Amino acid sequence: MNKIGLIIRREYLTRIRKKSFIIMSMLGPLIFAAYILIPMYFATLEDKEEKLMVVIDDSGLFTGRGPEGPVFTISGTETLKFQVVEGVPIETFKESFEESGYYGLLFIPSNILSSNSSLIYSTNQVSLEISEYLKRSMESEIEDLKLASHEIENIEKILLEVETSINVRNIKWTKDGKTQETNTGVVMAIGYLGGMLIFFFIFFFGSQVMRGVIEEKVSRIIEVIVSSVKPFQLMMGKILGVGLVGLTQFLIWMILSAVLVTGLKAAFFPELNQSPTEQVVASDLFMQGGTAQEPAMQTPENISIEDMDMAQEIFASLKSIPAGMILISFLFFFIFGYLLYAAMFAVIGSAVDNETDTQQLIFPVILPLILGLYVMISAISNPDNSLAFWFSIIPFTSPVVMMVRIPFGVPWWQLALSASLLVLTFLAMTWVAAKVYRTGILMYGKKNSYKEIWKWLRYSS
Amino acid sequence: MSRASELSGANLITALDVVKDFSGHRALNHVSMEVPEGSIYGLLGPNGAGKTTLLRIINQITAPDQGSILFEGSPIGQEHRHIIGYLPEERGLYKKMKVGEQALYLAQLKGLSRQEAMKRLKLWFQKFEIEAWWDKKVEELSKGMAQKVQFITTVLHEPRLLIFDEPFSGFDPINVNLLKQEILQMKANGATIIFSTHNMASVEELCDHITLINESEAVLQGEISEIRDRYRANKYLVTFNGSKEQLTKGLDSPYDLLGIEENGMGQRATIQIKNEAKGTGDLIRNLLEITEIKAFQEILPGMNDIFIQVVNDTIQKKGY
Repeated sequence: MNKIGLIIRREYLTRIRKKSFIIMSMLGPLIFAAYILIPMYFATLEDKEEKLMVVIDDSGLFTGRGPEGPVFTISGTETLKFQVVEGVPIETFKESFEESGYYGLLFIPSNILSSNSSLIYSTNQVSLEISEYLKRSMESEIEDLKLASHEIENIEKILLEVETSINVRNIKWTKDGKTQETNTGVVMAIGYLGGMLIFFFIFFFGSQVMRGVIEEKVSRIIEVIVSSVKPFQLMMGKILGVGLVGLTQFLIWMILSAVLVTGLKAAFFPELNQSPTEQVVASDLFMQGGTAQEPAMQTPENISIEDMDMAQEIFASLKSIPAGMILISFLFFFIFGYLLYAAMFAVIGSAVDNETDTQQLIFPVILPLILGLYVMISAISNPDNSLAFWFSIIPFTSPVVMMVRIPFGVPWWQLALSASLLVLTFLAMTWVAAKVYRTGILMYGKKNSYKEIWKWLRYSS
Repeated sequence: MSRASELSGANLITALDVVKDFSGHRALNHVSMEVPEGSIYGLLGPNGAGKTTLLRIINQITAPDQGSILFEGSPIGQEHRHIIGYLPEERGLYKKMKVGEQALYLAQLKGLSRQEAMKRLKLWFQKFEIEAWWDKKVEELSKGMAQKVQFITTVLHEPRLLIFDEPFSGFDPINVNLLKQEILQMKANGATIIFSTHNMASVEELCDHITLINESEAVLQGEISEIRDRYRANKYLVTFNGSKEQLTKGLDSPYDLLGIEENGMGQRATIQIKNEAKGTGDLIRNLLEITEIKAFQEILPGMNDIFIQVVNDTIQKKGY
């Protein structure tokens, strides 16, 4: 049996037998879903606590007269109430503000029309939501006042007529002359998901390679191994073995997610055309859970027509996206991005004696990766700007950034350029890594620095 | 006839003029060495002399900057990895891997088929009475136990050349003995063994040839008996029966009395012949005149003395 094959086999088998692998494989899709859903959930959580804000309106523009005294013209929300006080200086509130139980004090100066500013006094930081609300309300109030000062007849009617809301739908013309409707949100989500997966994959499995190298060095088995195989074979065997573990995990996630999505789809949107098998799979899934009946029962009534349309649009959109193209390029950037970084992680592993020493060396390696992540996030909303373009061509960031561009459609020459640069850089990096690795794995107690690594690179073979 | 083929006659391993530099430090300086097939070859030297570097070069773990290693006269290459077994100074196994699985893996890396490796491992595990360890993780073993496992993995593929770096360090005396027996057995089976050591007793016991490396250079080489001969100091131990004063006074000038000791065995004098012209016969004749000789033997230098003497000599020569 080929020696690299033996090494790949060992790396693969010892890793997929680990409990952590099995747990991650099962929980991965759930964790990933939670990662996306929990922030969304928190964002929708409303602050139920009622807040009372004192208003001192020196301008008088926002104070109306009510039966029970002065009334703030901004009505407030369910949780935000206002209380206007008159003839009291701000300072009187200052000392006992905390005990008074007020959320804040809004001060509107008399010259607000010329200064365009107001102040909120508070003991705690006022939430962005509230200050935005106040800003918007006052702006529209003053705009109305200014408009009214022009004394145009029927101004409110005119304004209503002028108000416009445009819905932009994206229809794509495919080469074979069909039209397809795409939902930009779905396209963005797919690109984002792909880029994120690649980022995590490189980071997680790259550092596994690094840890594997350190393990061999620390346990001193390295010398026995490299007397049997070439260091290059050991390095490549490890990188490929760990990579296969990653692909396996990805595959498990895909299958589990597919089952999960099919199950949810069947449970919540049974009208969407289903194959009998899908129905069986879905019902099986719900039969297993104790609470199986409930979600299935309540679906048709509880979901509004609007939700239905949206869901159908999303699924329709999913179908229209060039899935094969995305999957192939995802796998390509997934694999080569990993290979490129794994070689660098292997070098770091070979250069240190223990894991704590990796910190200072690892930073320059993950910097481009993190940079890629930031560019990717900005590229989601603007996939064709020059920043996204360059970072999707440069090999160190292209695996992450290109993924977010692909669902929007990338010219063939750009894909080809990016892909070939990535492959070339991977080959060059592996060549360099093998040279450093060969020397590094036998060095103990050296200073961990790139200067030292550079020296090893120049040793003869 | 080229020097290479001349040197490599019946030698399994020939090191030719090997030089290895590490940044600013020369680990090996033009070292040559011939290891005859079927012999036990000792590599001696103080710590940091370059022994491990030389062993690594023979194992193709690192490459020399100059010079070459020949295996049966032709440059050593990938095809030789399967017929060499190496036990490095720093022992190590995968800690999280099970003993049996690990031994199988290492054997397969040395070119054995899985079935063959399994068959041989079973025999070795029986021999060492460690069958119960098969499914244990290495981290559960003691250091000595792990060393036994590692020894088995080193010799399992029945290599023609065995390279042990400090094989006796870390073993208790019983296991050291076991190891020595195994080494001699392997020699009897036709294997060639190179080992580095500080343990001079084991050198005298096991080695046929040695190279002493000091300060990156081979400073002493050859057959053990020939080296001990070369370093004989013409010292003799005489067990005698008679008066000490008479012996001291009666000894002629070419002979130097280095000391007399007395214990249950009787009186023993250490005498050195200083004049090259005089032989043992002359000394005995002289002694017969002044005392009664009960026993007479030459004191041959131990490898330990030679080691210390050579290392000190080279240090003096370099003028430290």
